[in-house]
Amino acid sequence: MSSATAAASAAQRPSAGAAALKDAVLTALIALGLFAPIVGLRTDVSPTGGLMLRQRWGDVAILVGLAFAGRLALLAWRAMRDGPKPASAGRAAALRKAGAFVTPVMLVLAVALPFVPGTGRYELDLGILVLTYVMLGWGLNIVVGLAGLLDLGYVAFYAVGAYAYALLATTFGLSFWICLPLAGILAAFWGVLLGFPVLRLRGDYLAIVTLAFGEIIRIVLTNWVSLTNGPNGITSIPRPTFFGLTFSAGGGPGSFADFFGIEPSPTHRVVFLYYLILALALLTNWVSIRLRRQPLGRAWEALREDEIACRALGINVTTTKLTAFALGAMFAGFAGSFFATRQGFISPESFTFIESAIILAIVVLGGMGSQIGIAIAALVMIGGFEVFRDLDEYRMLVFGGAMVLIMVARPRGLVGSRTPTVALGERKTIGAEHVAEGRG
Amino acid sequence: MAYALQQLINGISLGMIYGLIAVGYTMVYGIIGMINFAHGDVFMIGAFVALISLVMLVSGGIMDGPAAILIVLLVSMCVTALYGWTVERIAYRPLRGSFRLAPLISAIGMSIVLQNYMQVAQGARVKPINPVLPGGVTVLEADAFVVQFSYMQMLIIAVTLAVLAIFTWLVTRTPLGRAMRACEQDRKMASLLGIDTDRTISLTFVIGAALAAVAGTMYLLRYGVIDFYIGFLAGVKAFTAAVLGGIGSLPGAVLGGLLIGLIETFWSAYFSVQYKDVAAFSILAITLIFMPTGLLGRAEVEKV
Repeated sequence: MSSATAAASAAQRPSAGAAALKDAVLTALIALGLFAPIVGLRTDVSPTGGLMLRQRWGDVAILVGLAFAGRLALLAWRAMRDGPKPASAGRAAALRKAGAFVTPVMLVLAVALPFVPGTGRYELDLGILVLTYVMLGWGLNIVVGLAGLLDLGYVAFYAVGAYAYALLATTFGLSFWICLPLAGILAAFWGVLLGFPVLRLRGDYLAIVTLAFGEIIRIVLTNWVSLTNGPNGITSIPRPTFFGLTFSAGGGPGSFADFFGIEPSPTHRVVFLYYLILALALLTNWVSIRLRRQPLGRAWEALREDEIACRALGINVTTTKLTAFALGAMFAGFAGSFFATRQGFISPESFTFIESAIILAIVVLGGMGSQIGIAIAALVMIGGFEVFRDLDEYRMLVFGGAMVLIMVARPRGLVGSRTPTVALGERKTIGAEHVAEGRG
Repeated sequence: MAYALQQLINGISLGMIYGLIAVGYTMVYGIIGMINFAHGDVFMIGAFVALISLVMLVSGGIMDGPAAILIVLLVSMCVTALYGWTVERIAYRPLRGSFRLAPLISAIGMSIVLQNYMQVAQGARVKPINPVLPGGVTVLEADAFVVQFSYMQMLIIAVTLAVLAIFTWLVTRTPLGRAMRACEQDRKMASLLGIDTDRTISLTFVIGAALAAVAGTMYLLRYGVIDFYIGFLAGVKAFTAAVLGGIGSLPGAVLGGLLIGLIETFWSAYFSVQYKDVAAFSILAITLIFMPTGLLGRAEVEKV
């Protein structure tokens, strides 16, 4: 049977090759239509003030050639993939076995990173950035992954947290450790405030209203100059202290280096910030894992699976949704005040829609509801974004392209399996396609 | 009074542009149930193609005035339609039948790609053009305030109405429109009855992109300045308009666009320009809270 198919496909090969060539030529023609006007003719402001055109047909030729070659390669890859498949059951089992080690290995690596030889200021800063997004991803996961509510305005709560810390610290001189819970509470309060009116909405209506709220908060932050200093932002936000010990570069009495009798170094603060965000991220993770096992977490997941059944079973849909909104917002508030204290400067520029989109992309790319998947996705997206920093203006282009590519290749995210929260008897891993995504 | 009349004219011409973009959103949403986040950027592409062809025609000294506008419009519609088709083919078709969030993320990625592609290809600086159709008619003169109805605004309203009339004919009277409506009601059943659903969906994107190109061209001619970032805000506003009118409803999209345009213009005229977007978004939130399916949307029947 299989030899007959192979013979038949061998007989078809010349015509298949011709078809592929035709397909690629068609792709090249479409690419020509796409790139000729926009890449080929560049508008520049001429010295006289008007616009003039500059012609760049070489670039168009390169792009069209790339489209042609890319299409041929894609077709060849598809033909190979559709050919004989290796036995995948053994591989899947091996992968699952390896998967069990991923979480502890990553955790150990994260804890040990500051002491790994060769880790400098740059690596630590990158680590802090990645961990901030891991934390935001885990926070948003409560809303999107567990409760199934699509929130496109998550960055608003991040902004509330950041501005809450910045304003409380610069106006009243409160310390970071007092402001951190306050910022979280304030963000949670805003989560409830914004969540309450939109609870009746479902699906994409909810998505667009949350997006609108995110934009409203950003516009208010930009224009309420007397409070937020508008687009110029808030500067000289105080740095956090370690039980009252400061991290001043020169050492001196009351500083971290002085108390422990070590050489003052600017790395201390970075290491401290790194462990701070690691602790905050792990707190987020721990809270969401614990809550999943409690009635509240089960209600969230039940709500995601079937809202009508939930109502029939007497689950209070309003409170359940609101708690998800509030908790997600609270963690964003924590992350926001950390962001403010790390940067020392915040402005509305940092809280645009694109941030919400990136956080949501991390949650979805990680496979909604999978904690480790989100961490991997944050590492891939944010780390990859840094790796490509030499690309300059092409960087966002590559970033967006990667988002599309990962989604097309793995629509269910990087980690495609789930362990049920509650199970009768043996706890089996199931495919992500069995998990609903919620309609709220 | 005269001031209000002027704002009414401005608001309607702005609302027409939003309405044209909103139709693209609502059409795609009706057929495949996804928010085409890249649609705002397709509008931006339309504006840029119009800019490039306009500069070519005018600075090349080939032609000027209304004839140039017509050619620019057609070129922009064709190229932008090709972009719309390509976006659907690359980013959405492989995800057909996948779960709901996958195409949304893919669309956000595509929006980032289109924006940065345009930034790389055409530069980040704003592109100003000279007015193509200056002048206008004085409608009213009262209290030393002159109400102007510019030729450009007349053109926007006339072109939009003409395009929408053609579009309505296309959806209600042609086999393609019937196929589109069938796909909207039940895609599986439509394909069982012999409708090529993939082709219909592709054509939906092509038509939506062409309408966005009309909007982009009008935007360029009316405001005279564009940059690669105009797509985001216009897209969000147009989506707001589509939701306000009741997503999935074509007349609703135009109505929503007009309302958003009017709200924005009157708010900027009487209250504050900085908070005009807040006004538009607040109206959206308030409308949805009291009428969760929008103004002209059909109530969703919940099935167990």
